[in-house]
Amino acid sequence: MEKKVGVYICKGCGIGDSLDMEALAAVANDEFSPAVCKDHDFLCSEAGVQVIQEDLNGDEAVNAVVVAACSPRVMRDVFDFGPSVVLDRVNLREQVVWCQPKGEEDTQMMAEDYLRMGITKVGDMEPLEPFQPEEEMSKRLLVVGGGLAGITASAEAAKAGYEVVLVEKEAQLGGWMNKLHKQAPLKHPYTDLEDVDIGDRIKAVEEDGNVTVYTGATMEKIEGAPCLYTAHIKQNGNVVTEKVGAIVVATGAVPYDAGKLTHLGFGQSENVITNVTMEELASKGTITRPSDGRPVKSAAFVLCAGSRDPEHLSYCSSTCCIESLKQAKYLRLQDKDAKAYVIYRDMRTPGHYEYFYKSMQEDEGMFLTKGEVSGVSEDENKNVVLEVDDTLLGEKIQLKVDMVVLATGMVTNADIGEEVELGLEDDEEGAAELADVPADTIIKSDMLNLDYRQGPEAPPLHSGFPDSHFICFPYESRRTGIYYAGSVRAPLDGPSTIDDGGGAALKAIQCVELTSKGMAVHPRSGDMSYPDFFMDRCTQCKRCTVECPFGAINEDEKGNPLPNPTRCRRCGVCMGACPERIISFKNYSVRMIGNIIKSINVPDEWDEKPRFLILACENDAYPALDMVGLIRQEISPWARVIPMRCLGGLNLIWVADTLSKGIDGILLLGCRHGDDYQCHFVKGSELADIRLSKVAETLDRLALESDRVQLIQLQISEYSELPRMINEFSEKLDEVGPNPYKGF
Amino acid sequence: MADEKALTESILVVGGGISGLTTAVEAAEAGRDVFIVEKRPYLGGRVAQLNQYFPKLCPPSCGLEINFRRIRENPRIKTFTMAEVENVSGEEGNFDVTIKLNPRYVNENCTACGDCTEGVTTEIPNEYNYNMDKIKAVYLPHDMAYPMRYVIAPEIIGTEEATKAKEACQYDAVDLDMQPESITLKVASVVWATGWNPYDATKMENLGFGTVPNVITNVMMERLAAFDGPTDGKIVRPADGKPVESVAFVQCAGSRDENYMDFCSHICCLASLKQTTYVKEQLPDAKVTIFYIDIRALGKYEEFYTKVAADENVTLIKGKVAKVEADPASGQIVVEAEDIYSGSKSQAKVDLVVLATGMEPSMATARVPADVSYDESGFVVGEKPGIYAAGCARRPLDVATSNRDATAAALKAIQSTVRR
Repeated sequence: MEKKVGVYICKGCGIGDSLDMEALAAVANDEFSPAVCKDHDFLCSEAGVQVIQEDLNGDEAVNAVVVAACSPRVMRDVFDFGPSVVLDRVNLREQVVWCQPKGEEDTQMMAEDYLRMGITKVGDMEPLEPFQPEEEMSKRLLVVGGGLAGITASAEAAKAGYEVVLVEKEAQLGGWMNKLHKQAPLKHPYTDLEDVDIGDRIKAVEEDGNVTVYTGATMEKIEGAPCLYTAHIKQNGNVVTEKVGAIVVATGAVPYDAGKLTHLGFGQSENVITNVTMEELASKGTITRPSDGRPVKSAAFVLCAGSRDPEHLSYCSSTCCIESLKQAKYLRLQDKDAKAYVIYRDMRTPGHYEYFYKSMQEDEGMFLTKGEVSGVSEDENKNVVLEVDDTLLGEKIQLKVDMVVLATGMVTNADIGEEVELGLEDDEEGAAELADVPADTIIKSDMLNLDYRQGPEAPPLHSGFPDSHFICFPYESRRTGIYYAGSVRAPLDGPSTIDDGGGAALKAIQCVELTSKGMAVHPRSGDMSYPDFFMDRCTQCKRCTVECPFGAINEDEKGNPLPNPTRCRRCGVCMGACPERIISFKNYSVRMIGNIIKSINVPDEWDEKPRFLILACENDAYPALDMVGLIRQEISPWARVIPMRCLGGLNLIWVADTLSKGIDGILLLGCRHGDDYQCHFVKGSELADIRLSKVAETLDRLALESDRVQLIQLQISEYSELPRMINEFSEKLDEVGPNPYKGF
Repeated sequence: MADEKALTESILVVGGGISGLTTAVEAAEAGRDVFIVEKRPYLGGRVAQLNQYFPKLCPPSCGLEINFRRIRENPRIKTFTMAEVENVSGEEGNFDVTIKLNPRYVNENCTACGDCTEGVTTEIPNEYNYNMDKIKAVYLPHDMAYPMRYVIAPEIIGTEEATKAKEACQYDAVDLDMQPESITLKVASVVWATGWNPYDATKMENLGFGTVPNVITNVMMERLAAFDGPTDGKIVRPADGKPVESVAFVQCAGSRDENYMDFCSHICCLASLKQTTYVKEQLPDAKVTIFYIDIRALGKYEEFYTKVAADENVTLIKGKVAKVEADPASGQIVVEAEDIYSGSKSQAKVDLVVLATGMEPSMATARVPADVSYDESGFVVGEKPGIYAAGCARRPLDVATSNRDATAAALKAIQSTVRR
């Protein structure tokens, strides 16, 4: 589109006091000849916005607006002119006048540069049109797994008016709950065992006209992307296909393999059973000893059998304390003289389950003992003898019981299967160049069988659990539109599993609602931009497909990328990865950032005014830079900040652009990476770091020092430290000396 | 102004803490109009006052920033701060809600430039820092407050200082004549996300809070460790500013106790383990003693517990603290507990005592004007058509679980807009 640029400079909040407004306007007018350039005392006031509106609607027909005022993080609704108007916010307030001395030449130069950068930026931006594929978009949900979480997800989504396809591998719905004799309380007052209510829940979804149920069915393959998925469902040897928009995975967990718990007597004594067997025994009517079929008069329930044990499961399985108390109660209800011993390390009955614990404590036939089982043997009558250490009495005790029940922990179904590393094969083309990018591990759990370049399942974060940002991005996985609920995601008790069903269903609904409007999901929810691939210049290097943190890009057999815009999170990691620079968004591109860099005015060496670039992650580093202004700290006047969607969008050509322009250095501000990564796009900051490790090559070629480029992993809360970090970088550049390319 | 139909497709979320925010943004991004009503002048609730999240030890302001961005960029969300619900009438799909807006004395013109604070000298207790320090009576609640808008405390209304603040503002943002006003909203459903209060630690007289110097609560410890807290993030003895060489954490201070709150507050074990890392980060040689009944580090949190407990300067003692007393001779504090292992009494003499006070649901002391059922502690029980609860209004929860719970509540609230 032909740009008619309007530049609007605010004088409020100290901007007019600190800067020479006429000189600033002259930069816009003399260097860029915009259609209009105006200033205003109070641009965010009604009268101020009116000035802009009049130019948009009037004879000037401005269609690209540069608002040089406060940070884009504030007054966003005030300066919103709709999707047809290209807009950039030049941050003169927080990042110039609030962090630079008033009236100084350097402050003025900084403001002028930011104005140049903003006007240049809108020149390279185009209005957004939402992605609309030819194929019809589906808003139906696929729920894989028909246990408590999956049934809840289906029922809750259906109640909100969404069609659901529910796929369960067993012959009937209900999952683990079907195996229970009684359920631990799910409701107030949380003191007593409840009848298992899964039957009612199953009936409700089966009778719901919005839910199509496939039992005895598995996922043969899932092709496509959000709103465009085709699910191939295998049932009775046939494959049927369903079009769906988003996926809830509620495939649950399995008990930890008791065969590995020989130290607790499993497999050594017939009368050492698991909690699973205990439910079967109780369901049959009478709890009897496996060895002789005699009703059990005493039993010990051993907690943390496999859990909280570095040799087995390093995590706590969350429900075993509650479930074991429940099973102990089975025995007590069967025989009022029976003795139930519960041997625990910490009694983990959080929240309202404390009431259940207390209610069980009040039962005089329940013996709740803190301790660790150190030995298990059998006497001549097949009674089990337990040695228990570390008791509250401080001494070793011995317990002789009819039967021992091991509270085996849970293992997510997502962790069961062959582990594969998803880089390129060593002999595959491009493998050598991509060897530096850490490949994700995928566990072939046979749950989804996604037809994705990056593997058939979502990558695990930890202990095989396939979640991602588990605190702030609930239910999210590393595959867009695929949300995990219930014990496949984490070890959970009943109330949390039910919560999970509803919550993951909401995320899936949100995904289809946003995607069908051409918008991105969290964390750039509502963004209508998406990457465009200029395929003529693609060299099939596979960087984009391998580096995309969300597996958005497939490949054809020749290695050409096949983008799936509805899987895309719009982070720009692919754009940074592409050595040919063929991946661009309409409002964010390699060329755009390159041009912004080139628009910076670099004084000659003898002016002794160095310049350095700060590429700042807009999620954390950019707000932190704003905070520096808000608390009125000063930073080096040589810095020029360019916000990035994610530092993972860093394209190395910018390093060359920057240094060949005579700018003295580049400071990259990204998020913390590693196991506890804070990057909103999972790997962006880490990928930037990896790319940077190769920048030495570029620097060598230019005969420059590697100290000129540095990456800092910054937390948003470190803003009070940020001036020091920036100033230290500035001082380091002073030591290195001016960039020899200045003035070229 | 939206039309009648759109209005009744709206959802009201009461409480702008992490649960309320999450319900609101998740529902709005699924295509519903949402109102948030928050009684404080800023959103974020107790999470805004936390230093770090467990187990990642990352800053909560990062998570709040992304949520505020989602609010800023979504025209479907409308926020009322310093507001409270006065009345709810009607039925699912068609509630009339009366909201009282308390005066902030600063309007939307505020640019957060801060000029209004220049002539102000009166100070008020700083609620953000749990009253451990003071702030000017014209204030921004904290650096990253959202909305980023100043507040004038009622204490100075009618004084010359207030007039000075008004005169200093170039943007006509100070309005000293602001009065409380009521507005009415029509909504399809209401989600109560009213959260929790730290249990009043003065009730446990044996634990010394308010009587023994340098006995603080866990929420105060968050502020003490935060770089924007009353000590700029230095963990020192609040009474005299002296360095801390030993800390005792007293678990279940008010929780799991029939005399106070009989439920488990769920978060305190992990909160104390996390706060142990605050101490170790600043003072690697400091001795930390945690007195506990059970360490409840569920699921993947177990690994965080294991890591923290592995430090040789961290001692865990299973025992209930009976007494916390000042030791005038040393200026330290004596914590006495019964060690259930040895059966004997154990003592620790420390510089700082942190009481892991539990979560009392806000509704325990402030019932809401709606048809809600409570349990004996004030948690919401069950749901009624169109009336739901989310987060710690339902049960004691950590942040991650609150976020998931609140997301599920968003779907419930949406169902009410469909069922009409």
